[in-house]
Amino acid sequence: MAGKILLEVVTPEKLLLSQEVDEVIAPGSEGEFGVLPGHCHFLSSLRIGELRYKSQEVWRYMSILWGYAEVTPTKVTVMAEVAEKAEDIDIGRAQQAVEKAEQRLQAGGLPSELKEAQISLEKARLRKKIADRARRGHS
Amino acid sequence: MPSLQSLRRKIAAFKNTQKITKAMKMVAAAKLKRSQDRILAARPYAHKMRGVLSNLSQRVNRTSHPLLQKREGKRIEILVVTSDRGLCGGFNGNIVRKSAEFVRQCETQGLTVNLSIIGRKGRDYFRRRSWPIRQEWTGIFDKLSFEHAIDIGGDLTENFVKGTFDELYVVYNEFKSAIQQRVIVEKLFPIDAATEFGALQSGTQGAAVGGSYLYEPDEGELLNVLVPKHFQIQAYRILLESAAAEHGARMAAMDGATRNAGQLIKKVTLYYNKTRQAAITKELMDIVGGAEALK
Repeated sequence: MAGKILLEVVTPEKLLLSQEVDEVIAPGSEGEFGVLPGHCHFLSSLRIGELRYKSQEVWRYMSILWGYAEVTPTKVTVMAEVAEKAEDIDIGRAQQAVEKAEQRLQAGGLPSELKEAQISLEKARLRKKIADRARRGHS
Repeated sequence: MPSLQSLRRKIAAFKNTQKITKAMKMVAAAKLKRSQDRILAARPYAHKMRGVLSNLSQRVNRTSHPLLQKREGKRIEILVVTSDRGLCGGFNGNIVRKSAEFVRQCETQGLTVNLSIIGRKGRDYFRRRSWPIRQEWTGIFDKLSFEHAIDIGGDLTENFVKGTFDELYVVYNEFKSAIQQRVIVEKLFPIDAATEFGALQSGTQGAAVGGSYLYEPDEGELLNVLVPKHFQIQAYRILLESAAAEHGARMAAMDGATRNAGQLIKKVTLYYNKTRQAAITKELMDIVGGAEALK
């Protein structure tokens, strides 16, 4: 039996998702990892990245900004600081955020500021990418 | 028999009181709504975190991280979560009673107990009775934020590592519904897998124990961030629970007070009217009697 995995995504704000899925690919801090039913116990921290999950032959996407994932043979629990479903991302705002972050990076400043700008750029790009993908997927 | 004027004053006073309690009830209801949303949103995350930690604590070598250690507990610390303000019914009374009971229980077992207190009401109570208070946080409920949780969680983890105490229990009001609170005694340190996490996490608990985890990055590094974080999250959740419960309790208490004031007003008004009528009747009788006498 192929079986399913229960994917749960929680953030400090809410329970974002709780669904049976066939496959999950998550952005581990040391590289992406995929989870199929029956995966061994596994605990990983997550970096900024994209979380994909497949259910009923459709891939869905979600942005994850840091967090942890716990994997058991039947369940994946993702505890993210911030997470957003692709459908929920406002693409216009995401685009704006990218531009703003780029400007900040260009403007220069202290190393710590630059680092911050770099991170927000990375976040913004990711959100935009995921939002784009969702839009294509739907049309 | 009280004079009519004093009765009128009494009615006016009750009406004023009723206005105040009514206003307080409204304020509490508005605040309740907000804090209720917050706690309901924060709960799943906190519970998942617990689940992960409890799973973890069964598998990892406990000595591998200072915060996971289990020591022979002689010194107990109790974190008592009360409110900063009163007028919320049995909210603080219940907590204080439960804590005192718990302390006595521990002391009869020959354990040393210290208190950490959140909230002005609890602090005042225990200070007046000069119980040993190690640490206190007051005035945080007005502007509750995650910073407070970081502060409190940090202090507790630090003291656990230092060995100030071997076990930590929290006594707080859990927010059950807008009109129901439940006093909860919960063990925070050391993390126990089997006992209190079991019920909550039957899902993950079902997975076979044994077999080790894979970690990425390595175990030590991961635990170093995850475990302190867990305590911050739990502290945050407990604060939110208590805040929501407090507003709920206050709303219920003020609702009751408003209703009681209404009843009193009714009663006194009735009495006032009766007295007034009696006075009129008496006056009439006097006049009639006077007229009769003139005949």
